[in-house]
Amino acid sequence: MNITSTVIDARGICKAYGPRKVLRGLDFCAYDHETVAIMGVNGAGKTTLLNILATLLAADTGRCTYFGIPLKNHEIEIRRRLGLVSHQTFLYSELTAEENLLFYAGLYGLLGREQLAAQTLELVDLKKQRNQIVRTLSRGMQQRLSIGRALLHDPQILFLDEPYTGLDQAMTGRMRALLKQLAESGKTIIMSSHSFQEVSAFGTRALFLHKGVIVDSVDLAGMDEDELAQRYRTVVQMGAQG
Amino acid sequence: MTYFATIMLVFRKDLLAERRSREILSSMLVFALLSVIIFIFSFELLADLQKAAFAGTLWVSLCFAGTLGLTRSFSLERENNALAGMMLSPVDRSAIYFGKVLANWVFMLVLSVILVPVEGFFFNLNPFQWATLGIILLGTLGYALCGTFLAGITGRLRNRELYLPILLFPVIIPLLLAAIRATSAALNGGAAGEIGTWLLLMSGYDILFVAVGLLLFEAVIADA
Repeated sequence: MNITSTVIDARGICKAYGPRKVLRGLDFCAYDHETVAIMGVNGAGKTTLLNILATLLAADTGRCTYFGIPLKNHEIEIRRRLGLVSHQTFLYSELTAEENLLFYAGLYGLLGREQLAAQTLELVDLKKQRNQIVRTLSRGMQQRLSIGRALLHDPQILFLDEPYTGLDQAMTGRMRALLKQLAESGKTIIMSSHSFQEVSAFGTRALFLHKGVIVDSVDLAGMDEDELAQRYRTVVQMGAQG
Repeated sequence: MTYFATIMLVFRKDLLAERRSREILSSMLVFALLSVIIFIFSFELLADLQKAAFAGTLWVSLCFAGTLGLTRSFSLERENNALAGMMLSPVDRSAIYFGKVLANWVFMLVLSVILVPVEGFFFNLNPFQWATLGIILLGTLGYALCGTFLAGITGRLRNRELYLPILLFPVIIPLLLAAIRATSAALNGGAAGEIGTWLLLMSGYDILFVAVGLLLFEAVIADA
């Protein structure tokens, strides 16, 4: 696989919630066609980092560039090319599955919304549930619909923040297969994960986030799950001692 | 997507959600009608005081019922963090504000359409005048503009149902006073100039909050 251009370049990212500093001058890069896994303990700042990179949150300081374009004054243009799947679905409970997709297709200014919504429902295997109100869908179905929502506008960069939360094993397996398909189709994927197995099978690079900074960056080519886990524990332990 | 198209998309989405759930209008209507009835029985008004009390009773009932609508309007966005979904999209975030304002304004107007004749019946008054229509349009619009902005601020707080009225009512006083005075003048056959002055004040208030929303709503919902 040829890694060509830089799609995200974030420098000096700081974010604090009151007195609590979550990100401390973090630098982050992602390249075209990569699948980057951000790993860290609970509270390390993974969700905050993903939300900042997805432009949902503003960093206190620092700058982000996407495809060579600075975020400042180009937010709308950049958001067109990003998608985020979170453990929250961003769906409207009183609207049907199809109505939710039509709404988001409208927000993204997409043409042929009905056809696009139908194709997306087919992609996430929710064709039969198109007229079902979201609050009557199971958690797994809602999460699949949320993935569909994030893919509707064919984003070049997809952010995944613990997308398997609340899903059973079978559903998690289906989601992983879908996301692997997306990675293989050439999208840049940036995900947070606790699973060494998933990261080593799926990712091209892993970043270890500890106390608000990236303490290590690991090329996953040829690295198995155990090696990754060992590397992670060593680095985090050193970080805790240092 | 154009700015106006985004506003209409958000507006239609809110109307569709309300059509399904019927949470906002039903709660506003019940609360407003109960308020009117309580006022009527509490004051036991003499005939010559009824005209004077009509305007105050109407607008106070609309304001109190309106806070229910505003709170529920943003609870729609908080559930599943749907507001974040809109913020991720490539739209001007102030358009989201105006879409929600439009929806909240429609809810206030529907409430007014029901409340005005009901109150007119209880007060034995005929409130149907062109001036009253203009006052209700401007008054409810100003309420929706101010209320939606402040509901956006309080939406992420834990005791949002408490904080919204605490913030809203002091800020809405100029609009409320103008609306009450204008309605009273209209019902008492006041001079067109007097009614026009109050309408001008209400228009100025509305324009102010159009500007406030346009400039500040993005900052209000940032970090949602």
